[in-house]
Amino acid sequence: MTIAIINGHVIDPGSGLSARRDILIKGSTITRIGDSLRGNENIDAAGCIVAPGFVDLHVHFREPGNESKETIATGSCAAAHGGFTSVVTMPNTNPPIDDAGTLELVIRRAQETACIRVWPSACATKERAGKEMTEMAELKAVGAVAVTDDGSDISSSWVMRRVLEYADMCGLTFLAHCEDSSLVSDGVMNEGFNSTCLGMPGMPRAMEEIMVERNIRLAAMAGAKIHIQHVTTADSVDIIRRAKARGVRVTCETAPHYFTLTDDAVRSFDTNTKMNPPLREKSDIDAIKEGLADGTIDCIATDHAPHAFTEKDVEFQLAPFGIIGLETALALGISELVRPGVITIERAVELLTSAPANILSIPAGSLREGGPADLVIFDPAAEWVVDPEEFASKSRNTPFTGRNVFGAVRATICGGKMVYKSKDLG
Amino acid sequence: MMTAARAWNRKDLIGIEELSRPEIELILETAPQFVAVSARESGIKKVPLLQGRLVVNWFYEPSTRTRTSFELAAKRLSADTLSIAASASSSVKGESLHDTLANIEAMHSDIIVLRHSYAGAPHMLAKRHASHIINAGDGRHEHPTQALLDAYTMLDHVRTLRGDRKATLDGLRVALIGDVAHSRVARSNIWCLTKLGARVVLCGPRTLMPPEIGRMGVDVTYNLHEAIHDADVIYALRIQVERQQSCLFPSLREYIKLFRIDRESLKVAPPHALIMHPGPINRDVELAAEVADSSRSVVLQQVTNGVAVRMAVMHLLANQPGRRSFPAATEERTP
Amino acid sequence: MLSRKNAMPKPPEPSTTIVMHADAMAEVIRRLAQEIVGGNPDVGKLVLLGILRRGRPLADRLALLIKEMTGISPPVGSLATTLYRDDLRAGVGHAQIGLAGTYFDFPIDDRTVVLVDDVLAAGRTIRAAMDEVMDYGRPARIQLACLVDRGGRELPIQPDYLGRTVAAGPREYVSVRLVELDGEDAVLLEPRFDSGEASS
Repeated sequence: MTIAIINGHVIDPGSGLSARRDILIKGSTITRIGDSLRGNENIDAAGCIVAPGFVDLHVHFREPGNESKETIATGSCAAAHGGFTSVVTMPNTNPPIDDAGTLELVIRRAQETACIRVWPSACATKERAGKEMTEMAELKAVGAVAVTDDGSDISSSWVMRRVLEYADMCGLTFLAHCEDSSLVSDGVMNEGFNSTCLGMPGMPRAMEEIMVERNIRLAAMAGAKIHIQHVTTADSVDIIRRAKARGVRVTCETAPHYFTLTDDAVRSFDTNTKMNPPLREKSDIDAIKEGLADGTIDCIATDHAPHAFTEKDVEFQLAPFGIIGLETALALGISELVRPGVITIERAVELLTSAPANILSIPAGSLREGGPADLVIFDPAAEWVVDPEEFASKSRNTPFTGRNVFGAVRATICGGKMVYKSKDLG
Repeated sequence: MMTAARAWNRKDLIGIEELSRPEIELILETAPQFVAVSARESGIKKVPLLQGRLVVNWFYEPSTRTRTSFELAAKRLSADTLSIAASASSSVKGESLHDTLANIEAMHSDIIVLRHSYAGAPHMLAKRHASHIINAGDGRHEHPTQALLDAYTMLDHVRTLRGDRKATLDGLRVALIGDVAHSRVARSNIWCLTKLGARVVLCGPRTLMPPEIGRMGVDVTYNLHEAIHDADVIYALRIQVERQQSCLFPSLREYIKLFRIDRESLKVAPPHALIMHPGPINRDVELAAEVADSSRSVVLQQVTNGVAVRMAVMHLLANQPGRRSFPAATEERTP
Repeated sequence: MLSRKNAMPKPPEPSTTIVMHADAMAEVIRRLAQEIVGGNPDVGKLVLLGILRRGRPLADRLALLIKEMTGISPPVGSLATTLYRDDLRAGVGHAQIGLAGTYFDFPIDDRTVVLVDDVLAAGRTIRAAMDEVMDYGRPARIQLACLVDRGGRELPIQPDYLGRTVAAGPREYVSVRLVELDGEDAVLLEPRFDSGEASS
């Protein structure tokens, strides 16, 4: 039983391919990439781009512990809708994924219920408390692809240094949530003119930059790899650029909302504009776009953070941080980056596929004969309006409701199986 | 020249930032007749403008002064009043803000006066409910009726001083002294005064001055002498002792030395300068007792004017052209 | 060219009529003063409250005449009635701001309050005036003196002292001009073009 994807424009950043090609799939593998291929079933991708299934290095699936917001099942469904076939889940669940038993639970749940590939990360310190290391070697053996205390930083530089050294020894990359929490205090939005007008405590840019600088230096000292999560400020981009120039093994990611919205969006008091790190200002957006274009920022990761409606439907200062993002990532990338000419469509695909996959050496993010049949078919010109009621995610906390965007996923195939098909697919 | 708006057409009064100068002037021009009502010596201090309406005072933070002012204003308009004192925030109590308001509206309330510890609470409610919402203070964000009564008090004095009932606040030099960062009174006053053409200078410890506040159209100085030497109005803000614990200034003693308005510091101020304070006063902390009680202090007039200004606001909101006279069922109202 | 047979009759041109000239007005006001004195043997208990705007200058004139006739000058005050108007409560009226307000600096308990207004129509202004006066004290009596009654009553209110009745249709507006405010004395009947002023 073979499936052929025909008439599409294939982009495979790993090989530099960007041309009309047909793809033949047998079972769970891509058997041929060429011209005039036909299978038992043919999917017409005319007018569409065919790319490797997207890879997201940063999602929260809330299982175990907060299944009312999202589960591995619903989260993976949301990922498929967004064109993603591989996601790296964060370990700040309840209980946190800081030992082999909890990790095995997540892996088993993913095998049973996820429609796409789930690559779990584990905590770097026990209970994410920033004091004692987790048993990283065992976690790696069980299946962790990275370690992180995401949600918090490790405030002690002593501990952070040792964590980086040990993780590197185990062949694990540390995913760094960079935040000086003492500087942040009770901040809920970017510190600047808007926070002054609104009278709400602010989170100054330095809160991120100080720790980006610190964490990079500690990684360099340890000779370890480090990946900086959710970059939001111009100076953070600058620090990373200079570190890369010095040869430090640092990579980084940013999320679509950080190149789309400024803290002006917070003036509405819409709690779907509240996340950590917060939305910044125009000059930061400009620097992020520049970083995406010149390679300083390696990939796009959504930081998909579902919350129940009632939790977010409270006073701004009391609402939990975080927004969902899997189902709007492609559209925002195309609308805010590709169409205005900041980057090419090939670069956009790279930011969502080969680049993130390479950071953690995940076997994903590429289209090659003999490789896994993980791919996405999308129409970059399709115009649509964001309506969270249509989302597959259990949660609806997005600031983009009603926004007019370009770029729609038509189909997502994972391991040769169609895991998402839009009604507009020909 | 005052060009007050012809009529009020907003459902709520949430902040000063979104108001235009004509809208502010409409409120200030509507207030004098209510000053007269409260000043009636032999007559009943009441007019029937809000007869049969229900005004609910919903205060999450304890406040005797503002709450009684609103209550009195409602009663002098012949409204029925109800006070809800919620001591816990919605998340702790378990009932959401929306649910509480929906319950209040089921009793056919007309006006909700809301004081809340978090910015944005009145916005949240105003968007989804039909009641008229008056913001009596949301976190550190705004306290619009305070700014309006302050502007009214200043205007009244300027007009008396110049013998010109048409004088405006344009060019008036107002100095706001103290903890600006934590003050909703400061923010609302800055918007109100700058929109009315006054020149505002802020003065206080650097650690209590919010970032980029100059962009609101004000001058900033950390030197009291510089702030008040040419001020027409000196407005002292409350300083809370707890701020000292958050490492925001070293001691009350030092604060007093640098920023207190007292006989000593007033030596450099013009003799006609008014002394104002939103209350309650920490006597001898931000304002010396003798200054608070002196003839230059108009703190008590602020309180009297507060009732009249709040009467004006409630009347304008509840009696807008196009609104029905009797409380309609919630579903029938356009939100 | 239209023949005379087919021509439509043209509607009458709108025009202003002077119903009372200055001399007639002076006579009428004098007669009103006489009637008020006649109706109030104890002139010392009289107070006049002019309903703003034009009621006040009329009340001032009446007070002068009463002084001429009796040697006693009754105190005169102003009544704004704005805060008591039922149309404002119903959200259908439009509040004029910046007008002078109610002002009188004498007590009204046990007095005879004579309300003075220029034109009486629906009666709602007088009702508001009575509500307002009652909030200030308890007069022994309230009487009403009007220069003109133009009809169109919506409440059971009648003047005790009336200058003249002027029959006016719904499309007509009776206006009183006074030297103190308008530079001349006259009562005019004018066509009404607006959708309708607040009824007085």
